[in-house]
Amino acid sequence: MATAAETPEMTNLGGQHMVLNMGPQHPATHGVLRLVVEIDGEIIVKIRPEIGYLHTGIEKTCEAKFYQQVIPMTDRINYLDPLSNNLCYCLAVEKLLGLEIPERAQWIRVLLTELSRLNSHLIWLGTHAMDIGALTVFLYTFREREEILRLFEAVAGQRMMTSYFRIGGLSMEPPLDYFDRVQAFIKTFPEKIDEYSNLLTGNPIFINRLKGVGILSAEDAIALGVTGPPLRASGVDIDLRRDMPYSSYEKFDFKVPISHGCDTWARYEVRLIEMRESVKIIQQALDGMPGGPVKADAPKIVLPDREKMKTQMEALIHHFKIVTEGFAVPAGEVYQGMECGHGQMGYYVVSDGTAKPYRVHMRYPSFATLQALEVMCKGRLIADLVAVIGSIDIVLGEIDR
Amino acid sequence: MTSTAHIGRQAVLDALPDHPAVKAILSWNDAALTDARFEFGELTLTVPREVIRTASETMRQAGFNFFEDMTAVDWYPATPRFQLSYHLLSHSFKERIRLRVLLGEAEAAIDSITSVWPAANFYEREVFDLFGIHFDGHPDLRRIMMPDDWKGHPLRKDYPVEGLR
Repeated sequence: MATAAETPEMTNLGGQHMVLNMGPQHPATHGVLRLVVEIDGEIIVKIRPEIGYLHTGIEKTCEAKFYQQVIPMTDRINYLDPLSNNLCYCLAVEKLLGLEIPERAQWIRVLLTELSRLNSHLIWLGTHAMDIGALTVFLYTFREREEILRLFEAVAGQRMMTSYFRIGGLSMEPPLDYFDRVQAFIKTFPEKIDEYSNLLTGNPIFINRLKGVGILSAEDAIALGVTGPPLRASGVDIDLRRDMPYSSYEKFDFKVPISHGCDTWARYEVRLIEMRESVKIIQQALDGMPGGPVKADAPKIVLPDREKMKTQMEALIHHFKIVTEGFAVPAGEVYQGMECGHGQMGYYVVSDGTAKPYRVHMRYPSFATLQALEVMCKGRLIADLVAVIGSIDIVLGEIDR
Repeated sequence: MTSTAHIGRQAVLDALPDHPAVKAILSWNDAALTDARFEFGELTLTVPREVIRTASETMRQAGFNFFEDMTAVDWYPATPRFQLSYHLLSHSFKERIRLRVLLGEAEAAIDSITSVWPAANFYEREVFDLFGIHFDGHPDLRRIMMPDDWKGHPLRKDYPVEGLR
């Protein structure tokens, strides 16, 4: 983060170049992103992203917490896709512990992660369209997002900071009518996607603002670490859900949308199809939801049920021990990758055999994708910058951590 | 859940002689593989710090085409103090490997791999900022998270989580 307003290598600007300071307080930067843009008239010559305004030292804080206490912090990193964060961290620690997760918990995790992806994509669509001037879509997408947040609230008690997944499974069984509510939501959701599509896909202003803008070739995308929908919109066929499955994703049948358009429009199309595929995954999860427990059989790691804790002495002892002393995790290092709404997320957890993680590092997709901004915008008009930022779907919380 | 662990260079060479990353590194420079480990289904290859750029290039050509993540671990007060972990993903093999480099405190500097993957730019800046490890040949090595005039490197273990530093 640069504190001073000056820009060292941009002070000696020849000719007609000027520097435009965009952000950190700017409605189209989706948070507190500051872009120092060198422009020649209206043409972008150079972009330098300045980040760190939201840096809260989460990685450092994790080192001072028990393993289970890290979960609430993961929600706050990417607050638009909270359950994916929870899942990735839990999977990493479970890998270190060698824990076997019950099938029902894995399936509920898939169901909720896909709802979380829908949540993330809905916000992307609403804000992206709003940046370009189509304000109505924002109101429509937030209507459906509200329903998803209610579904999160029903399982987790929280709308955004869910912390619902626990090391070893879920915090508790979902409420009785929960799956019916999800069913009712996804039954009507495809029509809602059609509704957004009707507003945008044929809209000449939207098309003109998006088509041929923000070109990112497949080679550049790979070299710059771009992942997720922007990578697939550049024609690279990779999705960790299918290619390196976790949490039972191998049992689900879904397509991975690819586009060779390489532009902002292609990213729009890929994400719209992804939303439809997510609905299919959720439907499969509802249809085939297995029975059984939602927590692993590991009394020294997973908190006991309230009922057991009140009636069995061992359960009470375990409960007390886990809460006050945490649980030791065998020494080692693991990297767990997964596909969240924005792209490939990864948790690198290093354990030294104690109850607190020695080091937790998070790889978040927006951090790498932001590096591609200059390549996508160079030589284009300054107005295109807003469209491109919207299309790479960045969240500053996950960039700065 | 995960396959059996193989700890140590020889154990990995015996168990995974056909692994593309192992084959590539041995055919390039046998001495560059100082240690190896296969644990939790993840392969870790330790290389000396002098060769990191060539090792990355070798891995890239061996099919591990995608730079996914890079970070450091501070093992203070143990020596060597720092460990750098590079996570590389192969789009063709659908597999991930970890390159590991150990750095002493006195020589906390390493070649930048931005010439192999420009994606490493922000990651190296982050490690420079939060750990104080220098990257030679980096195009724009400045602090990224902390203010420019910040003193100290917050993710070092001798930097307190709260209170005076």
